[in-house]
Amino acid sequence: MSLRILVGVKRVVDFAVKVRVKPDKTGVVTDGVQHSMNPFDEIALEEAVKMKEKKLASEVVAFTLGGPKSQETLRNAMAKGADKAIHVEIPEGDVAKVEPLHVAQAIQKVVEKEKFDVVFVGKQAIDDDASQTGPLLAGLLDWPQALYASKVEDGGSGTLKVTREIDGGLDTIKVKLPAVLSADLRLNEPRYATLPNIMKAKKKPLDKIAAKDLGIDLTPQTKILEVAEPPVRKAGGFVADVPELVQKLKEKGFVKG
Amino acid sequence: MDLRCRVLHLYKTLYYMGKEYPKGAQFFHERLKNAFKRNANVTEPKDVENLLERGEFVIKEIEALYKLRKYRAMKQRYYEENK
Repeated sequence: MSLRILVGVKRVVDFAVKVRVKPDKTGVVTDGVQHSMNPFDEIALEEAVKMKEKKLASEVVAFTLGGPKSQETLRNAMAKGADKAIHVEIPEGDVAKVEPLHVAQAIQKVVEKEKFDVVFVGKQAIDDDASQTGPLLAGLLDWPQALYASKVEDGGSGTLKVTREIDGGLDTIKVKLPAVLSADLRLNEPRYATLPNIMKAKKKPLDKIAAKDLGIDLTPQTKILEVAEPPVRKAGGFVADVPELVQKLKEKGFVKG
Repeated sequence: MDLRCRVLHLYKTLYYMGKEYPKGAQFFHERLKNAFKRNANVTEPKDVENLLERGEFVIKEIEALYKLRKYRAMKQRYYEENK
């Protein structure tokens, strides 16, 4: 098989950053904060690159919908093995307005223009945790979907055999191509982008398309009422001896009698 | 590549990797510089070769550290601990 794979990657606040809520409660602080590629997208990308190394795929293209800074993420994707990249650009001010539906629509437009056999995305992004881009895209394209993949193999005669992680076990399915796949945590271990590869990635082609030119309407479908920090855990207390512990437990109603 | 070139390359690679070191880039870069300075007067090719090998080993260790750190964070956040 020589599949063309489109991998959706998202620029998110780095997983190691302690996220802070903006004082006006409209979102989280992103200015001057370290960003990186969504870890689940890294896994999707790694799998696509591995498929290329196994000669299952012929080309891996990274895709992102995002502000001008998303270019870094695409360069990083190319350093990790993507052959080229497509950047659907939106103004920096609109970044917070992007929803999974917009991304799915943008990918749909790209897939309609160029032929792709597989669209691979991470199972969810670690910023909004929506987990919707994959399924929405499959719906828009009317393609089969294989979500939460933990193993991807050639299924023969234009299919892929995908092992999925589901509650309480594994689910093995065969999907006809073209299909939408989403990557789970245990699919593989993403590689590290080495310094020479980062240099080489600067020379790889990156297509920039304005979201407006694709006809994508960024009108939000949802309204954010308030973003709040999780409640702080209250400090515990010490008890001197067993009788005091039992008494306290009785007070709280954990022990009867 | 000659030895000098390889040493420089090793330093650059480690410097680049240190930028996202959990304890901070500065912490790593200071130690990195000291480690290289300490061995600056090593001239015997065999000894330099040995040190380069150690450097390669450190690169692998740091890569593994970053991978594991990310994997653990994701696992902790999104997957319930199995008994």
